[in-house]
Amino acid sequence: MSDATNPTSATAPSSPGTSANTAGTPPPAGAGLSARQVQIRSLVQAAGMLPVLILLAIGFHVLGGHRFLSAQNLSIVAQQASINCVLGAGMTFVILTGGIDLSVGSILAASAMGALIVSLMGGLSWLAIPACLAVGLLIGLVNGSLVAFVKLPPFIVTLGTLTAVRGLARLMGADNTVFNPQLSYAWIGNDGINLLGFTIPWLAIIAIAVIVASWYVLRRTVLGVRIYAVGGNPAAARLSGINVPVVLMFVYALSGLLAGLGGVMSSARLYAANGLQLGQSYELDAIAAVILGGTSFVGGIGSIWGTLIGALIIAVLSNGLILVGVSDIWQFIVKGLVIIGAVALDRFRQGSGTRT
Amino acid sequence: MDQVPLDLHPPHDPQLPPPGTPLIEIRDVRKEFGHVIALAGVSLTVRAGEVLCLLGDNGAGKSTLIKTLSGVHRPSSGTFLVEGKVASFGGPRDALNAGIATVFQDLAMIPLMSVTRNFFMGREPTQGVWPFRRVDFKQCRNVTHAEMRRIGIDVRDPDQAVGTLSGGERQCVAIARAVYFGAKVLILDEPTSALGVAQTSMVLKYINLVKSRGLGVIFITHNVRHAYAVGDSFTVLNRGRTLGTYAKNEIAMDALQNLMAGGKELQELSSELGGTV
Repeated sequence: MSDATNPTSATAPSSPGTSANTAGTPPPAGAGLSARQVQIRSLVQAAGMLPVLILLAIGFHVLGGHRFLSAQNLSIVAQQASINCVLGAGMTFVILTGGIDLSVGSILAASAMGALIVSLMGGLSWLAIPACLAVGLLIGLVNGSLVAFVKLPPFIVTLGTLTAVRGLARLMGADNTVFNPQLSYAWIGNDGINLLGFTIPWLAIIAIAVIVASWYVLRRTVLGVRIYAVGGNPAAARLSGINVPVVLMFVYALSGLLAGLGGVMSSARLYAANGLQLGQSYELDAIAAVILGGTSFVGGIGSIWGTLIGALIIAVLSNGLILVGVSDIWQFIVKGLVIIGAVALDRFRQGSGTRT
Repeated sequence: MDQVPLDLHPPHDPQLPPPGTPLIEIRDVRKEFGHVIALAGVSLTVRAGEVLCLLGDNGAGKSTLIKTLSGVHRPSSGTFLVEGKVASFGGPRDALNAGIATVFQDLAMIPLMSVTRNFFMGREPTQGVWPFRRVDFKQCRNVTHAEMRRIGIDVRDPDQAVGTLSGGERQCVAIARAVYFGAKVLILDEPTSALGVAQTSMVLKYINLVKSRGLGVIFITHNVRHAYAVGDSFTVLNRGRTLGTYAKNEIAMDALQNLMAGGKELQELSSELGGTV
């Protein structure tokens, strides 16, 4: 978050007004922040929605008859958040470059179909997970090459693949549900590690692993630095020698691959895949998680921890509203309003309403 | 701001070619985009330790020419020599590797990113072995801080966003970055056009300093005054053609202004307006 230390003054144009700086007067506001202040500021920004998450959890615990904060329920929430978390991680990479990937829900369905079909192939059933990931990666590469090399707008490309891949998923199973009661990797979706009496679901462990790996790539590697640079200003990134198409290719391929991983997780949980219903509107939940996490739609600003918190908020809302006994119809309305309200609150707190 | 005294005439950098050596030579370079002729035969020579000012009105082909020199466009025809060898760049990276660094007016920096990250953008130093190879942020910070002090810009925190620097400081950071990464030729695209008086003199001072170190500089501007302040020779572009190249002792500032603006018509207008243009 250290890049986004001061969005207000950072966006100020270099008007002659700021020229006073060289003449010995104090630099513009924000320039004189000490390292410590910058650290605190970035901590506050990274924490972002954490207070909202905690308040929601306490609220549901009190209103829902003290059932929300039980070990069993928290394990369920973790499972519910995990797939969205994995999709949101891929989405974070894409949105950081200033793009969008609307196709992740459809990719999840198509890759889960692929996994189930391969798992029923007798001797080849061990290839189910690789096949699932490969389908995701392949569609991600298609998205990436259309955006990076054909230079089509990401929204249009992934809107196209959203529809086309959904059709592909239905085609793969001849519009039927593919079911495998002996699914070899079903443990991923239903087991967990027993730790001090708690069972931590594998789904949650996978999600955390993806988040940590994403953090490492974004924050520590050259590739991560370049992803932020491309999102900050693609033309400047290109002129400084960064291979922008390769960076774009990577983020869409990764988003596809992680959607494939989401396919593994979701088919493991269900022992089945359905081309029509599986992953329907998951892309919107993933985008909501990223936006709740404070990542800018313009690109170049954001963090993966925010996405984790965003995904948890969405899962807590879904789970908590059921516990409190709110009807399905009202759940949609409440969820939508909370997303808008939370982001509005965040903007208000940061005192910069100018950026999206 | 702390004023670190600036050494205006540093010794010649022994790693650079001796002053006067031609670094870039282009002869009769043409560039066409479909039917549009952007460059209709441009020739110029950039020498080590000299500032070549490229003057021309809007639409004269300055932008196309620098984009060609910096590897963004390929020339349609003509000779393009870098240090005496034929150059063919596939992209900005090739030009950078050949020692040609371009500081574009608006595209030099990413305002939301820190000074450090901007300084090392595209050339981040790494440590560790793959798959744990990571950016050496500590080295980045130290180098940036030291380089900023050398050019007299006191960044209290190298992690502050570039957007918090003034326009002149940004240009100087971009130039310092190019020099640090071993540029032999520096192409500056209207570095002073959006700046106030104090900042302009800061940038011009720094251009002079870079020249003393032995780099060749192409300084693009449409302000004759700024050009005359630092330039050793002047090439005037008009409608995609070079109108001529003049050494500083061959041409006066007024003559240069007239040449650039298309001569007689402007002179008449200028006298009508009381000589203020």
